Amino acid sequence: MTATLDQLPGALPEAVAAQKPSSLWRDTLRNILRQRSAIVGLAFLAFLVLVALFAPVIATHDPNLPMIGIEEGAKPRSAPCIHLLGCPETQPEHFMGLDGNARDVFSRVVYGARVSLWIGFVTVGFSIAIGVVIGAIAGFFGRTDNVLMRLMDVVLAFPSLLLAIAIVTVLGQSLVNAQLAIGIVAIPIYARVTRASVLSVREQEFVAASLALGESRFGILRRRIMPNALTPIIVQGTLGIAGAIIEVAALSFLGMGAQPPLAEWGSMIGIERNAVFAAPHLILFPGAAIVITCLAFNLLGDGARDALDPRLNR
Amino acid sequence: MSRFIIRRMLLAIPVLFGVITLVFILARVIPSDPCRAALGEKATDEICNAFNARYGLDQPLIVQYVQYLGNVLTGDLGTSIRFNRTVSDMLVERLPVTVELTLYALLFATVVGIFLGRAAATRRNSPADVGTMVVANLGVSIPVFVLGLMLAYVFAVVLKDTIFALPPSGRLTPGTEVVPLAEAWGLEDLTGLPRTILDFMSNILTFNAIVTLNGPLLVDTVRHMILPAIALGTIPMAIIARMTRSSLLDVLGLDYIRTARAKGVSERRVVSAHAMRNALLPIVTIIGLSLGGLLSGAVLTETIFNLTGIGKSIYEAITGRDYIVIQGLVLVVASIYVVVNLVVDVSYAFLDPRIRLG
Repeated sequence: MTATLDQLPGALPEAVAAQKPSSLWRDTLRNILRQRSAIVGLAFLAFLVLVALFAPVIATHDPNLPMIGIEEGAKPRSAPCIHLLGCPETQPEHFMGLDGNARDVFSRVVYGARVSLWIGFVTVGFSIAIGVVIGAIAGFFGRTDNVLMRLMDVVLAFPSLLLAIAIVTVLGQSLVNAQLAIGIVAIPIYARVTRASVLSVREQEFVAASLALGESRFGILRRRIMPNALTPIIVQGTLGIAGAIIEVAALSFLGMGAQPPLAEWGSMIGIERNAVFAAPHLILFPGAAIVITCLAFNLLGDGARDALDPRLNR
Repeated sequence: MSRFIIRRMLLAIPVLFGVITLVFILARVIPSDPCRAALGEKATDEICNAFNARYGLDQPLIVQYVQYLGNVLTGDLGTSIRFNRTVSDMLVERLPVTVELTLYALLFATVVGIFLGRAAATRRNSPADVGTMVVANLGVSIPVFVLGLMLAYVFAVVLKDTIFALPPSGRLTPGTEVVPLAEAWGLEDLTGLPRTILDFMSNILTFNAIVTLNGPLLVDTVRHMILPAIALGTIPMAIIARMTRSSLLDVLGLDYIRTARAKGVSERRVVSAHAMRNALLPIVTIIGLSLGGLLSGAVLTETIFNLTGIGKSIYEAITGRDYIVIQGLVLVVASIYVVVNLVVDVSYAFLDPRIRLG
């Protein structure tokens, strides 16, 4: 015991030197990868990204091209036909059938991955960018806190989809406006998370130290507080992507988001919703695509939360 | 305690005020000409000027705002431009549909969610646990409109002619007899607010069927509500299941549970009587928070299952540019949401002393 203590002062620098410098990002990533659900989510996500990147290679047809007059016997809303599974060779092969305009559903679902991933990242990115600024100002500069957070309460007082529908009606029906609307209604969530996070980091000693060193208040917020307050925002953002994809899809389903002929999963379902009893595959396949995408982000977000919040470790 | 409640109620006032203002602004910036939206082709400039004067639309915005504020505070929500009906009438007719749908969905979410969460927590890492968590993860990832359409397909087409068949749309089978409560109780002379409340309750068909002992109506209402309620309630169900599981696991690790077990209390009783009571605390909040999601989802669910409730009405009012109806209905929905959150906060303070002391 004494020997160990004697050796310690000499041994310490070596041990420290042998350690790689720890970085917030690397630690975070390592912790996340320890979570089973995060790995499953990441695998799903990787698959989706590959599908989106190689959509032109994977898709069997042009997603916007009606098959009528191009393939013999192509009928709108015809059921899936896979030759390997016993579909007669005389019929043209369509893995997920044809939609109401006789377009290949499989190719549309594949191209839809591009649209939905874009929707998820851009929409949440927008909410985070604005929400973080509002939350940081509210949390760090006390005077504005009450006003800003009450304003956020007002936005949160509306059922999000209703407010989004109203905003789209004001802005006009398009995919970008739908994203903007869903982005706006999600701002309070990120503002609240950021504010809470900034409030707790603000009280730490290194902030007082920077203040004593004469660093500007804005500089402290940007360089000292924000990097340490980002973790909960990233977790919330990952979980928020799934929500954003579902909500933009819901607007498209109602005809207020993506406009035809864009291959967007929500609008594919919306256009064919009255055909559900005759051609359920037109709902099932794009629906399954939405579920898989949201599942990927939810699993990843859960894993990230479990990894980054020691209180939730179990 | 009373200080906490009063403080919390006072905080809700500026929020409600902000809601009223935001609703007013949103209804005004929706690009439209209410006159032409309402009257269509036959609207000439002359007619439209008279129309605008009648609805006060020729006044400056600030005057309109003050008038609107006065009307709202005296309970007058205005008259629909398109249908020439008061918004209050529409509320009495349609809000009960949404209330009923939301309550059924909440019932499904709470009962199934707590059951699944409890099963998962008490059999941690067993197939039941994994299965529950898979269901919960799928549940939060499936959009209301996909689930709703698939349920409608399965129960109306695949299971047709079996005992599991359920109606895929509408609120009642045509021809089902509904006796308004005012008629059933001989209160047709009643007027004013009591009559409004009575009609409102009367339109909550489950309630109506129970108090008038109308068996066929009860069965028909419930059958029509099952699919929409499952579609709408699945996301909160999944959230409640996860919350129950993690909350119960937390509580089961506490000392007083070990004490109870050491005393020889049966495991079933440890969970039901000792652990569940404390584990349910956070779930109260989740149930309250779910309500906003339920009201959002109601727009989609009501559209898919063709239920004329508030969600569908607001959607139609927005697309039809009926801004008085938008204003009135959105205001009511947002106010309900604010009040429910208030109740949840207060009930939470009742259940957990740390909140009101903190």
